This record gives sequence, C-alpha cells and structure tokens, in this order.
Amino acid sequence: MIYVQLFWEFVQVGVFCVGGGYASMPLIQARVIEAHHWLNMSEFVDIFTISQMTPGPIGINAATFVGMKVAGIGGAIAATFGFVVPSLIIGIILAKLFFKYGDIGPVKGILNGLRPAVVALICVAGLSFILLALWNTETMPSDFMAIDWSGVLILGLSLVAIQRKMGVIRVLLASGVLGLCIGLLHTL
Amino acid sequence: MDIQKRCPHFCWELFKSTFLISAFTVGGGFVLIPLLKAKYVDEYAWITDKDALDLVAIAQSMPGVVAVNASIILGYRMAGLTGTAIALIATVLPPLITLSAISYCYDIFAANPYIQLVLKGMQCGATALIVNVGINLLKKELKKKLALPIAIIVFTFIANLCFDCNIMYLILFDGIIGFLFLRAEKYN
Repeated sequence: MIYVQLFWEFVQVGVFCVGGGYASMPLIQARVIEAHHWLNMSEFVDIFTISQMTPGPIGINAATFVGMKVAGIGGAIAATFGFVVPSLIIGIILAKLFFKYGDIGPVKGILNGLRPAVVALICVAGLSFILLALWNTETMPSDFMAIDWSGVLILGLSLVAIQRKMGVIRVLLASGVLGLCIGLLHTL
Repeated sequence: MDIQKRCPHFCWELFKSTFLISAFTVGGGFVLIPLLKAKYVDEYAWITDKDALDLVAIAQSMPGVVAVNASIILGYRMAGLTGTAIALIATVLPPLITLSAISYCYDIFAANPYIQLVLKGMQCGATALIVNVGINLLKKELKKKLALPIAIIVFTFIANLCFDCNIMYLILFDGIIGFLFLRAEKYN
C-alpha cells in the first residue's frame, strides 16, 4: 500500500523534525531519496527551490510534492497528513501540560541537545547540495577537477547577494536567469 | 468554549483568516506567526497577548513545522479540538493546493531544455541559501563557546557524513544527551 507507506515515512519525518523547516531537509533526504528512491537528488533540490518561492512551510511543500509525484493527489494528502500528525499529538499534549503546570521544563533540555545536532545535519545536507550543484553527483566526486565553473560563479554571486540581504525570491530568480544565459552562451 | 458563543461566525472567521494568511505568506513560520498573532490577538481578541506568546514559544520548541505547530496550539487554546482542526486544515490547505498544481506542471516543464538551464541555475542559488543557513547556525552555536554542544555538532557531523549513521538514531541519542546534561539555563 503506497499511501500507507507514504503516510508512515512522513510520520517519521514529522517526529524527528526539530528546529524548523530546514531541519526537515536532511530527514526527507534520508527517507525519500536514500531509503526509497522516490526522488533523485536533483528533483529534491528543485523542491527546495520551489518551496522557497511559494507560500507554505518547506516541510509541508516537500511532503505534498513527494506524495503527488509518487501516488498522485491521494499520495499528496497521505504524506502531508502524516507529516502533521506528530505535531498534532505532541502539540495537544504540550498545550494541556502547559495549562496545567505552567512550564515545559524537561523538554527544554532535550531541545538544547537537538539544536546542535540539527546544525550538523543541515551542514551535511548543504554539502550534498554543493556536490550536486558543482559536480553533478550525489557522492564524493572521483575527479575534483571536473568542477562546473559556471555553477561556482552562480553559487558565489548568490552567496554574496544573500549576505547583502537580498530577498530569497530575487536571488533564486536571478540565479535561474543567470543559469539560462550561461547555458545559452555555451550552445552558441 | 465561550468564544464560540460570543462570536457565532467564529469557526468560519478562524478558517478564513488563517487560510488567507497561509495562502499569501512566503517565508515560513517566522513571517507567519506575527501575522497570526495580529489577527487573533489584536483584531479579534480571541486570545490574550501573554497566552499567545507562551504558546508560540512552545510551538517553536516542539517537533514539526513552526507555522503548523502554532496554528495547532493557538487553535486548541481558542476553541479546543474544533479550533485545532479548523486552524490546522486552514494552514495546510493552501500549500497542499499550490504544490499539487506545481508538481503537476513540474513533470511537464522539467523536460524542456531551457527550463532545465533555469532550474540548474536555481539549484546553485538554492545551494547558496542552505550553505548560508548552515554557516549562520554554526556561527551562533560556536559563539556560545560551550563544550558539549560543540562536541555534539562535531560528533553528529562526522557520524552522519563519514559513517552514514541513521539520522533518527543520531537525533534520539543527542536528545537523550540534552535531557541528561543540558538542562541548565546557559544552554538555552
């Protein structure tokens, strides 16, 4: 049953997704790409890109996109619902506890352990994004000299633009246009 | 709850305002929460300012996407399980619809060579984005100069990248460490 499978995978992503939208990326990568091969890395980076430019949290957007791709609209609903079920249960329990006792003390400690873990995992995800963007591979490149120099250029310019506080949507649109122009120049 | 008696259209108003905010807010939880608060607290007075702040703090510290968490527990506070159900559906529906439509188009467009060039460029832009997030988070943790959180970062990074450890076990392990050793105020 593909719907049950989608639902269950995203329940797991939802449970372990601590620390906001970016934290869901390494988890989705582990389950959806590496464990099930429902998407390839390139499609995954595209979802991330699209999510940045459309309304809605990255996690929900990714769940919908993956579900839709694997099993159509039913899959999209199963995956999205799976992703929010853990939040629903934990949220209601925490809200009840909070109104009863006025604080959620021990939860803080767990979070203080998870925050650094999430930082590390996002860095690993960033590394795999770099491998795909610059070497077009999902594993360590065998030949480091085979680097895509136009990719280096676009990545570098985007990084400078982001640090100078340019908006996310503008950066992505500009990098898309730049990619198109450089690609067209190559074919001339 | 008394809110429903005071305002007969409460359910519809809650659904409508949450749906619209979710549909037109690009940029995830940190943009969405102030908007929700402005509606619920300032415009409709469905919830007090202090309750809203406390609940948002809980929403940020539980697993899942912050925007979804916030709507779950704010909805619960305002009108029990009914409130949760309405707020949750209203938050999830817009991205579910948008992304289903986009994913349908993606399959058609992604084969086009020009679109491929644009997407390739955007992949570099998206890589810059996640690299930037990683660097900022890393800086923030390193600045605190606390040994154990930094050890967790290094351990998690190496275990995941070099030894391909299962992410979920790593998160569980780091959560337990946090629960045992990181409950002091300075780690918050």
